[in-house]
Amino acid sequence: MTPMVKAEGVHKSFGAVQVLKGIDLEVAPREVFCLIGPSGSGKSTFLRCINHLEKINSGRLSVDGELVGYRQKGDKLYELRDREVAEKRRDIGMVFQRFNLFPHMTALENVIEAPVQVKKETKAVARERALKLLDRVGLADKAGNYPSQLSGGQQQRVAIARALAMEPKLMLFDEPTSALDPELVGDVLDVMRGLAEDGMTMIVVTHEMGFAREVGDSVVFMDDGVVVESGNPRDVLTNPQHERTKSFLSKVL
Amino acid sequence: MTTKIDKVGPVDSPPPAPENLKAIPVRHYGRWVSAVIAIALLVTLVLAFARGDVDWNAIPEYFFDSEVLRGVRNTVWITILSMALGVALGIILAVMRLSKNPVTSSIAWGYIWFFRGTPVYVQLLVWFNLGLVFNYINLGPIYKDEWSDFMTPFLAALLGLGLNEAAYMAEICRAGLQAVDEGQTEASHALGMSHAKTLRRVVLPQAMRVIVPPTGNEFINMLKTTSLVIAVQYWDLLQATTNVGQSTGATAEMLFLAAAWYLILTSVLSVGQYYLERYYARGSSRSLPMTPLQKIRVNLLSGSNRQGGASA
Ligand SMILES: Nc1ncnc2c1ncn2[C@@H]1O[C@H](COP(=O)(O)OP(=O)(O)OP(=O)(O)O)[C@@H](O)[C@H]1O
Ligand SMILES: [Mg+2]
Repeated sequence: MTPMVKAEGVHKSFGAVQVLKGIDLEVAPREVFCLIGPSGSGKSTFLRCINHLEKINSGRLSVDGELVGYRQKGDKLYELRDREVAEKRRDIGMVFQRFNLFPHMTALENVIEAPVQVKKETKAVARERALKLLDRVGLADKAGNYPSQLSGGQQQRVAIARALAMEPKLMLFDEPTSALDPELVGDVLDVMRGLAEDGMTMIVVTHEMGFAREVGDSVVFMDDGVVVESGNPRDVLTNPQHERTKSFLSKVL
Repeated sequence: MTTKIDKVGPVDSPPPAPENLKAIPVRHYGRWVSAVIAIALLVTLVLAFARGDVDWNAIPEYFFDSEVLRGVRNTVWITILSMALGVALGIILAVMRLSKNPVTSSIAWGYIWFFRGTPVYVQLLVWFNLGLVFNYINLGPIYKDEWSDFMTPFLAALLGLGLNEAAYMAEICRAGLQAVDEGQTEASHALGMSHAKTLRRVVLPQAMRVIVPPTGNEFINMLKTTSLVIAVQYWDLLQATTNVGQSTGATAEMLFLAAAWYLILTSVLSVGQYYLERYYARGSSRSLPMTPLQKIRVNLLSGSNRQGGASA
């Protein structure tokens, strides 16, 4: 089975600063893959490389068997055009720490925007699915609200619905609950748990160790641009082998 | 249950109702003095004009004169067209200025530098007098004509005002585009939207909130700046009233008339700007404030229910 995401020796630097120093990992289809690690370790950067919001400097990164951002012919790599990159991004949903909903659109308009503009669906079709998605994230009654009229937790759930509206095969979550008040975290995690149960492939950068343990199929601990330790969440989180993992976990748990 | 627990303190007795305070308010004598002085000055001014040699009847007489009305129409028309040109070109220049391509961004920079650095009056004269440099305009097979036939007063006015405006609009648009959070572009790209779609559907509508208020000011300024097109012999409001003034001898009166028309037009624009700003503010605050009209309506409707509660 082709892995949904495969990274081999992925390097990324910003100017002289090396942020990713050779990442190797594999995410299987239907897997819930949790990324943990201290601030600045490169988790967000890696996630952004997966949908080519950042270009990698070396190594290979592929999604569903296809290289991210490049096409290979023989042993030569050709950079993809913006249009082709955009096309591939349709299949990858992304949820941001700060939600990034479009503030000038209502919740419903946020959700139908990409299906109508990118997939050229008719408004009626997109609307119908959007309402179902909003219902699924528990916000059927907020369809007409602007983001500024929603709580953080509600905004994040709309953001999840917006990503799902493109019917992605992979969902990337970048600390989806970090900007939320503690009492709002649960609702968002519940939605994500539901997605996992439905078999969505998910890569989740998170500080919610409880979520990683219960929902995660595997967990990777990243530090300073490298994968330090990976495996089954129960093993890694309860019985870490490396010093760095131990000291990180002792701080967050 | 019949046993009541005795509460300590004066809880059972209702709290004392707040009495209306009786106090002598601070007297602001300074305010009275300044108000009297201001009114006195105003009266002096009005009297001066009333006693002056002004033929006040000439103003209503020529207010709707056909020549004057033509001038009003042309002023409105050249204002709208110049602004349209300015806004369209301004957006393009702003996008060029922000592009990663050093050539396009330098060209935009140069344009803005040149057109903001020279007076619009000079630019108008230059457009009008380019015929002294070029005898013909020759766009190959598309268009060929003598310059003086091509560069009409209208075109000189439009180019002079519009191209100048574009430089200012470019800076306004650039500020607006830069005010939009980068996360918005990212979210849009992550959904598979192209650069163009992202700009049009996500970034520009949000930038509008920053762009619209100063653009409204630019519009009002433009309306007044059009009075300079007299330099290129375009028949605008000022040209018309000046003409009428010269033929009737009521020169000053016609200038007052022009001022009145400009005031009316700028006032209308201000109202338009208010509603436009409201439209682009949607989503930015939890609820929009009521428009003056809505306020009046609400007050009229609720007025009947409010007779009893006349409290301060
Ligand atoms: N566009 C950029 N330009 C320069 N440096 C960057 C850029 N983006 C990220 N970095 C740097 O890369 C490093 C890793 O950042 P990244 O956001 O991936 O960390 P993270 O693991 O997601 O941290 P956090 O938990 O705080 O979100 C940081 O040191 C950051 O300063
Ligand atoms: Mg991060």
